[in-house]
Amino acid sequence: MTYKQRIDGRGFDETRPIEAKVGVINRADGSAMFRIGNTWAYAAVYGPRNLHPKFLQDPQKGILRCNYNMMPFSSSGERVRPGGSRRSKEISLVTEKSLLPVLDLEGYPNSVVDVFIELPQTEAGSRCAGICAASMALADAGLDMKDLVCAVSFGRVADKLLVDLDYSEESYPDGPVADIPIAMMPNSGKVTLLQMDGELPKEDLLKLLEKAKKVCMDIYEVQKNALKEKYHEVEV
Amino acid sequence: MSKIIVNDKSIAVPGETLATGMDILPGAGAYREGDNIVANRLGLAMIDGRTIKLIPLSGRYIPKIGDTIICKVIDVSFSGWRLDTNSAYSAMLSMKDATSEFIARGANLTQYYDVGEFLVCKIVNVTSQKLIDVTMKGPGLRKLKGGRIIEVDSNKVPRIIGKQGSMVMMVKDATKCSITVGQNGLIWILGEPMNELLAIQAIRKIEKESHLSGLTEKIKEFLEKSGKAQH
Repeated sequence: MTYKQRIDGRGFDETRPIEAKVGVINRADGSAMFRIGNTWAYAAVYGPRNLHPKFLQDPQKGILRCNYNMMPFSSSGERVRPGGSRRSKEISLVTEKSLLPVLDLEGYPNSVVDVFIELPQTEAGSRCAGICAASMALADAGLDMKDLVCAVSFGRVADKLLVDLDYSEESYPDGPVADIPIAMMPNSGKVTLLQMDGELPKEDLLKLLEKAKKVCMDIYEVQKNALKEKYHEVEV
Repeated sequence: MSKIIVNDKSIAVPGETLATGMDILPGAGAYREGDNIVANRLGLAMIDGRTIKLIPLSGRYIPKIGDTIICKVIDVSFSGWRLDTNSAYSAMLSMKDATSEFIARGANLTQYYDVGEFLVCKIVNVTSQKLIDVTMKGPGLRKLKGGRIIEVDSNKVPRIIGKQGSMVMMVKDATKCSITVGQNGLIWILGEPMNELLAIQAIRKIEKESHLSGLTEKIKEFLEKSGKAQH
């Protein structure tokens, strides 16, 4: 079975429409919104702030805590039960791991930086949207970071290699599907997250990685513009 | 061949290449990656001869020795007071640095400074583990009575104070308020209620437009216009 054309008419290397905005939550030290298609992610950063319980403190450097949360009616499926789940805990963890390589928290011993990622509406690619939003929010919070982090999902549906799978593609019934979220530092090209659902030959993965790199550069431009936009707004 | 890529006073984001070549040096907020100078944070790029540094536009207050800050008393212990510094770390005010008065053994310390009160104090020591010691002995260091406290971004404090205090003096003169600016981003304002509100509006405006040039003129204009509207 071949997958001839994407359902929403996009090209195979094309992402859904992307939009980003920084400084969307006033009370937070840093915040950002990132939308890709029907997936919306809001990230709020609080800190560096005092960390309790004390045994979690690291006297060498500050720690990062991420919290990924899908809102109850955010997805097209069943109502998501509020509160943490096994899935959200895993995604919180991989988000944290994907952001840590760019962050320098050595100036903040014994403290914590909290990142809360809320998803009011999702349709595939939510962890990638969350990572993009979180990395902008961390930059907005004025933390030392050597690069931003850009994330996108890519994969194979039947015989086609695609970038940014939507829900219908992730759950394509008539052929094998591989879904791979990737997060990377766009300037150095280093990968900070790579996961995979499904199966994929090595050659295809290498081809897809090249495509994903290009897409990440596009996402970086969007993030960059959003960060700069915040400070240009008042100039009018 | 060295080349500066960004414009002076433009906004740089983390990972953005600011310049190429070994002749140019990275200042605060930038680092070298091979031949390139790269931004290490979100900030305003300042080119100073051969150095490029980034002026932070956001971020929590980082305590520094010598800073005069406004703190809130959060705990009273046997030997002193614990203060919230509006940063990730709390400060300790010991009994001997608190007042020049004689404090008898076993005295009730809340009669000097009670929980919830605000103090203007000076940082005398910050350890590598960010344990902060403050003192109340020095000119202008006191307990704050009345008025209101607002919180601003601590990175904007230099702009709010202005060159030799010119900006804050202008706001004080126009609103007839007493204003004390803490380096940690807490500002205390005391005056007539309407004037206090005007002072807050002016400070918020400075905070929002701090990275733009010609700010003093704009604020002067704003204060004149708003001051007239009030009378």
